[in-house]
Amino acid sequence: MSNTIPNKERMKLPRQHMPEIAADVRARNFEEVNLGFEANAAIIESLRCLACKTPTCTRSCPVGVDVKEFLARIIDKDYLGAAAVIRRDNALPAITGRVCPQEDQCEGDCLVAKRNESVAIGHLERFVADYERKTGQIGIPENAPSTAKKVAIVGSGPAGLSAAGDLVQQGHKVRVFEALHELGGVLVYGIPEFRLPKDIVRQEVDVLRKRGVEFETNVIVGKTVTVDELLGEEGYDAVFVATGAGLPQFLGVPGENLNGVYSANEFLTRVNLMRAYRFPDYDEPVYDCRGKDVVVVGGGNTAMDAVRTARRLGARNAYLVYRRGEEEMPARKEEVKHAKEEGIEFRMLTNPVELIGDERGWLTGVRCVRMELGEPGADGRRKPVPVAGSEFVIDASLVIVAVGTSANPLVQSTTPDLKTTKKNYIEADPETLRTSKKGVFAGGDIVTGGATVILAMGAGRKAAKGIGEYLSSGAWPLTVNG
Amino acid sequence: MFPIVNATLLAPGVKQFEIEAPRIARKQQPGQFVIIRIHDAGERIPLTIKSSDPKKGTITLVVQAIGKTTSLLNELGRGDAILDVAGPLGKPSEIEKYGRCVVIGGGVGTAIALPTAQALKDAGNHVTAILGARTKNLLILEKEVREASHEVFVMTDDGSYGGRGLVTDKLRELIGEADFVLAIGPVPMMRAVAEATRPRAIKTVVSLNSIMVDGTGMCGGCRVAIGNESKFACVDGPEFDAHQVDFGVLMQRNAMYRDAEQQLLAHFKEHRAEEVARVRGACAHV
Ligand SMILES: Cc1cc2nc3c(=O)[nH]c(=O)nc-3n(C[C@H](O)[C@H](O)[C@H](O)COP(=O)(O)OP(=O)(O)OC[C@H]3O[C@@H](n4cnc5c(N)ncnc54)[C@H](O)[C@@H]3O)c2cc1C
Ligand SMILES: Cc1cc2nc3c(=O)[nH]c(=O)nc-3n(C[C@H](O)[C@H](O)[C@H](O)COP(=O)(O)OP(=O)(O)OC[C@H]3O[C@@H](n4cnc5c(N)ncnc54)[C@H](O)[C@@H]3O)c2cc1C
Ligand code: FES
Repeated sequence: MSNTIPNKERMKLPRQHMPEIAADVRARNFEEVNLGFEANAAIIESLRCLACKTPTCTRSCPVGVDVKEFLARIIDKDYLGAAAVIRRDNALPAITGRVCPQEDQCEGDCLVAKRNESVAIGHLERFVADYERKTGQIGIPENAPSTAKKVAIVGSGPAGLSAAGDLVQQGHKVRVFEALHELGGVLVYGIPEFRLPKDIVRQEVDVLRKRGVEFETNVIVGKTVTVDELLGEEGYDAVFVATGAGLPQFLGVPGENLNGVYSANEFLTRVNLMRAYRFPDYDEPVYDCRGKDVVVVGGGNTAMDAVRTARRLGARNAYLVYRRGEEEMPARKEEVKHAKEEGIEFRMLTNPVELIGDERGWLTGVRCVRMELGEPGADGRRKPVPVAGSEFVIDASLVIVAVGTSANPLVQSTTPDLKTTKKNYIEADPETLRTSKKGVFAGGDIVTGGATVILAMGAGRKAAKGIGEYLSSGAWPLTVNG
Repeated sequence: MFPIVNATLLAPGVKQFEIEAPRIARKQQPGQFVIIRIHDAGERIPLTIKSSDPKKGTITLVVQAIGKTTSLLNELGRGDAILDVAGPLGKPSEIEKYGRCVVIGGGVGTAIALPTAQALKDAGNHVTAILGARTKNLLILEKEVREASHEVFVMTDDGSYGGRGLVTDKLRELIGEADFVLAIGPVPMMRAVAEATRPRAIKTVVSLNSIMVDGTGMCGGCRVAIGNESKFACVDGPEFDAHQVDFGVLMQRNAMYRDAEQQLLAHFKEHRAEEVARVRGACAHV
């Protein structure tokens, strides 16, 4: 069967609604907000696709997923086939279906959106990936015959995991080294359960294990073992560095050492990785938010995750303070919508200038200044400038700073011949992901700076290709000048 | 899983563990620590590596039971295992030829200072150790400290062993000859040492015990105020110039989770046997 509905009619079909937990209920728990499409809704939603000759959705997807094709398979109720189509380009569909900024990518350029709302490509991706997971039939491709080559991957975020999958498939022996005790990178320590259940990440890891990938946690490359040792006495033929951009930035305003001041990384790590939301069943504590006022500073996904987490931990008032306007917020639109429904109070065009504490060193408030948008800066975005004399205080006993992160430095500082940028990101050839050091590749946030899951996933796959070519040819043309 | 191959009680509440961790044993330098997590509902806590045996593939830790995690750990022994051990973390101690060094250990700080004292001695320094304890039976590792230094003074609060008084009382007697001081112990002790050496501008180093989570620079929870800057104790330290440290901020931040810690400890004391059984149960699975 295929789509027999005339295009004009398709344009009139309403976008299917994603069922979700009611806002007042979910603002008190950590259950996943979105419940997922039923098969029927998925089929109707797929029928909305115009099946364009040159699909803009595929062009706008960072990894070029064949959207038209996988939607056609859904219409045919061939859900596993649909998943297989996605997996040709995307190794982690259950994850990206949940966290990709679809409105800036596939859905952003969807032609249907000219008259109606775009096709819900992300929700459909999630639907087929979940279907595949539930049947327990995640496509396990056959590995090529063993090449007797060994590859070490540093970091188990989306870049490392997707490289691992492709590399075992090429027949190499693959071992992933992870600094933390749990695998998944930001997917487990950063993104909360209510957006991305940890079981999904665990299942992806289990599949990789079945495919032959080895994992070693608690190894901090640069401390526990160096890249040179991996290439030397440990006998690896290539190393892929995918360590992410996990270092927190603070505001640089007075009062940042007060009790009650967190980086988003610390707050989210305590709650997600260490499960502090289940204290005292889990031992790691986190600031007791119950009945307290909480300010989160920032406008990205991290800020949104932090403020919604504080809300779920019982915050009375949870404010989001951002120096630009709502339109400029880099967070996914769905998160902004969900946050508002959950009662998060948005304080846009506002910037903290001082954190105020009591005599015991505990935070009591955040002094802020109002901002207005001035001339466009170097990045083309209008620069926020403070409005003189507009200072005011938001009472709060907890402030969480989510204003960006920087490169994880441990590999760079212990691998002297690895060329880095001024900001200490690793330089890598954009096509092959080769670095300045023979046998070493790098990709994901550690090369690009904080970006997205899909880009990190894409980088992992590119690296696997680059590594495969290197392992068969042994050639190392200089592209990153040492 | 990191098996415990040996465990010895050094003093009431203070236990020494030898743990299989071959990668860490190969890499450890004085002043570095590990982060451990005992079981899958446990918290991550930092512990200094007292020594390591690269051939045997083991590291040695000395643990003082303070709250839940350290108390639970100290219930374990040979044959048990720790779920996660990551390291070696932190910067190694800066070992130079300073001349006459005074190494001060208070309580479990003695264990933390020991490897650095040995390294200072090996580098050709004259090492004088001052060990402090509340009372005689709480003094630990005296014999090993004697081997790692040229002379040792012991100070107890109650005078039950060595001199009576504080380690700083002894330090003041020796201060005229000191070129370098290392002090590791309770924060008030380290602060007092810093104040004692400040007027003479004697280079003084302390090891800061701020609250840590990852231990790799990723969370910033361990930040300490050094001079006018914020530093992450886990990657920029844990050793810092004592005269630059804001000890007030350290004490204030270390009190951040007091209520939660007391709640966990109270619960642990009532359910000690179950908690230990749970760790052992988890070990049996692996
Ligand atoms: C809170 C939060 C929410 C986000 N939300 C979204 C979203 O909704 N959608 C989206 O597309 N993107 C989102 N992002 C961004 C996205 O998660 C990242 O771009 C992506 O995870 C980068 O992948 P990576 O594999 O490069 O690195 P990471 O995911 O950062 O993984 C790196 C891994 O390497 C490990 N590591 C670091 N140093 C070492 C070392 N020396 N030795 C061994 N291991 C090491 C780290 O512990 C980590 O596990 C979010 C980020 C955060 C922090
Ligand atoms: C670099 C470093 C090296 C250390 N080395 C040793 C050592 O060799 N031997 C030893 O006995 N102790 C050492 N400590 C202290 C040890 O980590 C704490 O005693 C332990 O974390 C307390 O945990 P708890 O659950 O038993 O007690 P809690 O009841 O949870 O806490 C008691 C006190 O310990 C501190 N603390 C709590 N949680 C943490 C944490 N996650 N990280 C750091 N401190 C915390 C706080 O000041 C708290 O008030 C070291 C600390 C640091 C930072
Ligand atoms: S413990 Fe997290 S940065 Fe130091």
